[in-house]
Amino acid sequence: MTEDNQKTAVIAAKNLSVSVRGLARVVDGLDFAIEPGGMLALVGESGSGKTMAARSILGLLPSPLAVTPESSIRFHGRELVGAASKSMRDIRGARIGMVFQEPMVSLNPSMTIGDQMAEGLALHRKLGKAEIRDRCLVMLERIQIQNPTRCLSAYPHEFSGGMRQRIMLASVMLLKPELLIADEPTTALDTLVQRDVLDLMAELTRENGTAVLLISHDLGMVSHYVRDVVVMHKGKAVEQGRSFDVLSAPRHEYTRRLVDALPRRAAGGTRNVTQQQQPLVEIRDLTIDYPGRRNFLKPTEPKRAVDGVDLSIGRGETLALVGGSGSGKTTLGRAIVGLVGITDGTISFGGEKIETGNSGLARKQRRDIQIIFQDPYSSLDPRQRVGDIVGEPLKLEKDMSAAARRERVLEVFSEVGLDTAFLRRLPHQLSGGQRQRVAIARAIVRRPAFVVADEPVSALDMTVQKQILKLVRDLQERYGFACLFVSHDLGAVEQVADRVAVMQNGRIVEIGERDDIFDRPKHEYTRRLLDAAMLLDRKFDGAKGAA
Amino acid sequence: MIRFLAGRLASAIPTLFIASTAVFVMMRMIPGDPASMMLGDLATAEQLAALRSKMGFDSSIVFQYLIWLGNILTGDFGTSIGTGDPVLPMILERFGVSATIVVVAVFFASLIAVPAGMIAAWRQHSLADIGVVATSTLLLSIPSFWLGLMILLFFGLWLRWFPIIGYVSFSEDFGTALMYIFMPVLTLVLVELGAIVRMARAATIEVARLEYITHARAKGLSESAVMWRHAFKNAFAPTWTLIGLILGGLLGGIAVTETVFTIPGLGRLLIDAIYARDYPVVQGCILFISTIYILVNLMVDLLYPIFDPRVTQ
Amino acid sequence: MTAMSLRLPRRGVSAAIGGTIVVLLVLLAVGGPLISPYDPLKLDLLARMKAPGTTGHLLGTDEFGRDILSRLMYGARTSAWIAFATVTFAIAFGLVFGVLAGFYRGASDRVIMMFNDALLAFPGLLLALGIMAVTGASREAIVVALGLAYMPAVVRVVRASVMSIREREYIEASHVMGNSEIVTMIRHVLPNCVAPVTVLATTMVGWVILSESALSFLGLGVPPPAPSWGNMLASARPFITQAPYLIVLPGLCIALTLLGINMLGDAVRDWLDPKMQG
Repeated sequence: MTEDNQKTAVIAAKNLSVSVRGLARVVDGLDFAIEPGGMLALVGESGSGKTMAARSILGLLPSPLAVTPESSIRFHGRELVGAASKSMRDIRGARIGMVFQEPMVSLNPSMTIGDQMAEGLALHRKLGKAEIRDRCLVMLERIQIQNPTRCLSAYPHEFSGGMRQRIMLASVMLLKPELLIADEPTTALDTLVQRDVLDLMAELTRENGTAVLLISHDLGMVSHYVRDVVVMHKGKAVEQGRSFDVLSAPRHEYTRRLVDALPRRAAGGTRNVTQQQQPLVEIRDLTIDYPGRRNFLKPTEPKRAVDGVDLSIGRGETLALVGGSGSGKTTLGRAIVGLVGITDGTISFGGEKIETGNSGLARKQRRDIQIIFQDPYSSLDPRQRVGDIVGEPLKLEKDMSAAARRERVLEVFSEVGLDTAFLRRLPHQLSGGQRQRVAIARAIVRRPAFVVADEPVSALDMTVQKQILKLVRDLQERYGFACLFVSHDLGAVEQVADRVAVMQNGRIVEIGERDDIFDRPKHEYTRRLLDAAMLLDRKFDGAKGAA
Repeated sequence: MIRFLAGRLASAIPTLFIASTAVFVMMRMIPGDPASMMLGDLATAEQLAALRSKMGFDSSIVFQYLIWLGNILTGDFGTSIGTGDPVLPMILERFGVSATIVVVAVFFASLIAVPAGMIAAWRQHSLADIGVVATSTLLLSIPSFWLGLMILLFFGLWLRWFPIIGYVSFSEDFGTALMYIFMPVLTLVLVELGAIVRMARAATIEVARLEYITHARAKGLSESAVMWRHAFKNAFAPTWTLIGLILGGLLGGIAVTETVFTIPGLGRLLIDAIYARDYPVVQGCILFISTIYILVNLMVDLLYPIFDPRVTQ
Repeated sequence: MTAMSLRLPRRGVSAAIGGTIVVLLVLLAVGGPLISPYDPLKLDLLARMKAPGTTGHLLGTDEFGRDILSRLMYGARTSAWIAFATVTFAIAFGLVFGVLAGFYRGASDRVIMMFNDALLAFPGLLLALGIMAVTGASREAIVVALGLAYMPAVVRVVRASVMSIREREYIEASHVMGNSEIVTMIRHVLPNCVAPVTVLATTMVGWVILSESALSFLGLGVPPPAPSWGNMLASARPFITQAPYLIVLPGLCIALTLLGINMLGDAVRDWLDPKMQG
């Protein structure tokens, strides 16, 4: 960054460091600058310090974190580090706006939308009530909220996550700030909604000439919107430059790992298992209703989650089930393992019909059918030691000796890549990736023939996702189990699936070989999902080839 | 919203019914015969039989229960064995005394405790916070009757600022009433302070962690605006429920304070009736206090959406 | 993380003070008969209302000439016995009913919660007063009365935590691997209820001691002449002008005990709070 750039920049950080009481550094010597109307992304995984770097601009670090005295953050050339709190308050909201990650908790639940939108205008622009109201209404119309007048007097809980994020964006952009800090603004949202919100953000900031500092963990998504990126790792900027260059020719070892973790189609073809005589799992005309709530004043209607689905899964194959939230994909997966009762239709396993519901699966089938859950934080009993968690299913094998059980646990531990030193640990002493390895070990310890994987990587960091997906594939090679891979994340699906089924509103709208679905989607909904997924475009692969 | 209100109202009715049944059953479990108790040792068998039939004890228990329930609903709580007066007017008169003291005390306790707890939470780990936490833990550990006696000893007997016995109602003489009410109210304020402070502090700490507080700061609001406009309502919601519980619970537990300061309140009426084995009065007091308790909690629930609109969904 | 390191010493101090007080109290309760200088019931009409410091009576004597120090020691025994029995009663029944209601839901839940709500419809002390009115004053009656008054809180806490644990994925994982309901409950649900129940039990010891002394103060608790801190206060009430120490001393004992339990309880709560575990 040259001195000239520093002067014209909206925001310029130099040697920015954030530390805990001057000791441990969460952010360490960060330099970046954004031109008026420009966009910059700070990219990194959890714990990289990206969020704290962004918060330090507004002076909103949670104690005991603080910006070190030698740091410099200049906003239009004016030093913000050590600025008086009054002058910081004049900048916050008015000239630098911020959008947060969790739309469910970033709007005040006990204040109406109108009051929350008006607050900034009243404080910084000193407008009259009528004028404020008009501006809010115009803005709500601009972001296509139905019935803006009603919206002003509504409370946040009356809106969906995506809507709340749009409203939050609107209330921040209402003041036409010169810089917008967006901290993972869409991470908590569904893929389709994610795209909408990001597009809206890009439009609104372009219209007002607002510069953007985007914080994200998703290098692929960032590259679609932002020209310049700073890749952060353990508080340090390990690489910065044009996003195109960083993606196509990463220089730093960590960036390379990050780029490597981006979803790319697994090399080699899919396993051709669809032509088997008898499929392992066969689902016929499956329908699942959720009972309505029994409320004596106004009973609610039962909700149909799965609506007449036919599906078959062959031995050893991976079928991915994709769809947005509420599509019924998770319900379908859980029904197969007997966690959800079925309303109509049949599920057969190895030619035998399985009974589900309260009594659950028959014992034989329970050994053969296992599940891996999404959240490795809640799928492991917090008071059970890791070794016991993995060994627990073996206790149901009556003819297995304690020594044999122990041996099998050790064997599985090494297969999933866990150190035997973890045997005596409790789940909260492990990282997210390690916990998911434990959950996988528990699922495969009895050598099941079929595993349902319910969003197994969506709670994990990108580089960890890659490792876990590879682990699942390796284990499948070794054990030959079939897998129903339930996911909203097309990137992950592309890496593991043999076939893909796309679900919308409880029905399967398209099913086929992975390459057909990804390269030649037929159904409109599939196309929209693919479009919104912002998979690392083929153009990058092309660029790499050309370079 | 309407549905929320109707639902809460409807849920209070079975609770009231169950509570009244429990009181009836409890009173019938008392060993001994109310009729012989009323007439004393010298009563003849005929006198006893006549009274029993007059009181309805010779009919079936279910029938007795229905008659009793009907009487309660029409405001007939029976007559005192000791004085022969109807029970309900007696209760209402004494209730006025207790309610005045309890309401004034809870009002002042909340007025002091809620801001103290919130400010302590806002400056967590500061000296002020440590002071507030230590004081509230200490106050929480002092039994009300002992604190009352200490206050009596200090203000009443040593400094001689306030009268140590009795009660004068506000309608009689405002100034004198204040003198009489001061020590019992001070006792209850101090006793209840601890619990409210701790709840307000804990709730505020929870809320202060949430992202919408950071969002409010990011808008450029001053710290006090962030605290009072954004944190207060959300942190007050659970505290509000606790205040309701305390208000209702104190009406049941004020007997202790009334004993210390010799105040003719509802709690004292109950205790004296228990000593005197005046069961219609005991039964009436328990039924009345539990009804008030249920109604107070119902009111608290109905007002809750003001602080947290999410519950109406 | 750093916030915790700031808190640790304070929590440690609080736990140490609270723990010391509670341990001393328990020692006093168990060993009281061995070390008390006098029989707490022995009257000495020649040595009535001697002030503290009188030779032979370190803390003085009451209106019947009984030794205050000995009575306070036996009072600790009374409080400890009642607190232990009541909390055990409330926790044992509360745990059984709470688990039945929370884990099996359905009809058992509805019936248990109906009775529970009926008990909750009374303020705690009023319910105890009512029961004492029916049974008459005795130690056993106090245990039953206060046990019933505090049991609904246990049922609520246990039921709520069982219901929230039921929804966790590790319970589903247990079902999927083929464990029976009863195995799942014993192996995964109950161990995870231990923390909230322990926190509640610690708090409840304080409530019970406070309520017992209040009942005794009202004359509906431990019947005289057996010593309890509450009834010592009650019988000293008429002599408040002549012998204030008769009131100050038992009250101090109650306050100190509660302070110890509250401080220990706070430490236990912080220590077991699931939010504190990363």
